[in-house]
Amino acid sequence: MTDATVSTPVPATGLEPAPEPASSSRAQKRKARKKAAKDPKRKITWDRVWAQRALLAMSVPLLLYQILFKYVPVYGWAIAFQHYKPGRGSIWNQQWVGLENFHNLFTGVNGERFRQVVVNTMGQSVLTLIVGTFGAIVLALLLNEVKNLPFKRIMQNITYMPHFLSWVIVASLASVALSLPSSGGFINQGLMNLHIVDEPVLFLTQPNYFWEIVAGTNLWKELGWNTILYLAAITAIDPGLYEAAEVDGAGRYRKMFSITLPSIRPTIVVLLIINSGWILSTNFELPYFLGNGLVSEKSETIDVFVLRYGYQLGNYSLAVVAGIFKTIVAVILVGSANLAAKRLNQETLV
Amino acid sequence: MSGTTVAKPLTRRASRGGSRRRKRTVEQIIFTTLNTTFLLALAALMIYPLLNTLAISLNDGNDAVRGGIGIWPRVFSLQNYNVVFNMTTIYQAFVMSVLKTVVVVATNLVFTSMLAYALSRKEFIFRRSITLIFVLTMYFDAGLIPNYLLIRDLGMLNSFQAYWVPTIISAFNLIVLRTYMKSIPDEIIESARTDGAGEFRMWWQIVMPLCKPALAVVGLFVAVASWNSWLDTLLYNSGDQALSTLQYELQKLLASSMNAGMNSVAATGSAQSGGQVTTPIALRSTITVVAAVPILLVYPFLQKHFVSGLVIGSVKG
Repeated sequence: MTDATVSTPVPATGLEPAPEPASSSRAQKRKARKKAAKDPKRKITWDRVWAQRALLAMSVPLLLYQILFKYVPVYGWAIAFQHYKPGRGSIWNQQWVGLENFHNLFTGVNGERFRQVVVNTMGQSVLTLIVGTFGAIVLALLLNEVKNLPFKRIMQNITYMPHFLSWVIVASLASVALSLPSSGGFINQGLMNLHIVDEPVLFLTQPNYFWEIVAGTNLWKELGWNTILYLAAITAIDPGLYEAAEVDGAGRYRKMFSITLPSIRPTIVVLLIINSGWILSTNFELPYFLGNGLVSEKSETIDVFVLRYGYQLGNYSLAVVAGIFKTIVAVILVGSANLAAKRLNQETLV
Repeated sequence: MSGTTVAKPLTRRASRGGSRRRKRTVEQIIFTTLNTTFLLALAALMIYPLLNTLAISLNDGNDAVRGGIGIWPRVFSLQNYNVVFNMTTIYQAFVMSVLKTVVVVATNLVFTSMLAYALSRKEFIFRRSITLIFVLTMYFDAGLIPNYLLIRDLGMLNSFQAYWVPTIISAFNLIVLRTYMKSIPDEIIESARTDGAGEFRMWWQIVMPLCKPALAVVGLFVAVASWNSWLDTLLYNSGDQALSTLQYELQKLLASSMNAGMNSVAATGSAQSGGQVTTPIALRSTITVVAAVPILLVYPFLQKHFVSGLVIGSVKG
């Protein structure tokens, strides 16, 4: 951990940052970095590079490889400014049209549809995020109250299991569960047995249920998995706090609301902020598999639009514009979400 | 380092005081009962769709069309499995999925751990900039069509390479392994170095054996992602039936049954192979089981590792 004061942590790993030692405040870190820069041992010289040739041989080829497959494809963005026709071969052999595709997508003939697509993407993501976070916190709190360890472990393993199933399988299970009772739709069966509905509901043909179906299916798949980080945060709470509260006569609920929840609040906030950075990037498979002509006004998300309208119908240029929009917004959102999380982390986690 | 905290006892509870304890005990019993009931109901909700699918796959196909099968087959029959494994497309797709997963896991473990080793060495001058370039790829995605164009321009469409070449390293797994390697005591590395081991030997013979738990987690994550992926088949390899994968075949089946459902002629057709017949609902359930079981079989062996792996991965080093 002595290294922590010298090195800057990697900007973000996408999830919860670790509590850092209290001594490494931001100012101190900056000072340490300045010192490190002046330190002759840290200067990059040919001698040092040569001495580390084995480490370079291990990393540089893989770095170039990563650049090729992750950054080089950006040349494909060129077709956003073209009338791309796959038949003409190379992308340098196409007709350039400036910003016409951007106009088409945002304001022109496709404007209304694309705005709805963006609203759908955000609506589904936000609902999924809220329901998922709330569910995971409740389940983590309830699992934490289980004192029978084998039972707790079994419950954890059962709830983690759906995470490992593919979206294809989950979508297949969801479509069966939501179908008519005669096709195995146990949700309709259950609702009818409880007399909540008199007639089975054709969930997947009604646009107004679609966002809820996406959020509910996500909840089913990821609920258990999402408790892992909360449970880890709960186990890190000092047991002395609970003992002290008991001496003061605090009951179970008091301890839950006055100790456990406040203690994991930094984790909750950080995870919420970071996940909200992905708001335009999630929800591809479920809308793609479960969506159909009857519900497309509520089901179509940006990724589905790119795949259906672009790749499968050959409108490459328009799809790339939509893709660029998504990527740029995502980078901005994830970047600022991470900055926000980092800043909060300075105040709440340290 | 953070893996050990998971195993700590959760809360220590010591009730004190006579009457208060009695009151607490009654409340305790009520709460525990409610909590247990709720968790059992939740577990049932998680498991029922899976058991139901399994039951339908083990049921006679024509009988399954009548519906009403719960978690136990009504007319037991292994015919669906017979049909599925006699369908050349499904059998080939199964073999291809296994092959793809094995190759992807092997290449990922070798290359990710090699890079992670280099980036975990404190003296390595470029470790920070290289890590940054990799971490940024978690957020930056050129997009589906640009990626497709790259694969096309590299001449990898409709080839097995399209499955594994673009994905030999994932930034998240790199961070997991690098963080784990950083926790290996320096003395071990130093003493190996004084014995004259070079970097490659140090990585392969000293560090790799010490990283087995982290490698198990990363291997599981990679295997699940590769086994479950279908988009790579659709985008890059849908032109060659021999390269189809199980998830892609299942996806095609799901798409056609969704369409059939919308036209309300669901579950009346039949699938045929080698003179044997089954129904779409039975076929779909059977392929679902075949596509789910391999991952669910590996899972119990690795589950004791993955919680710590996820926690390590979420902690920046």
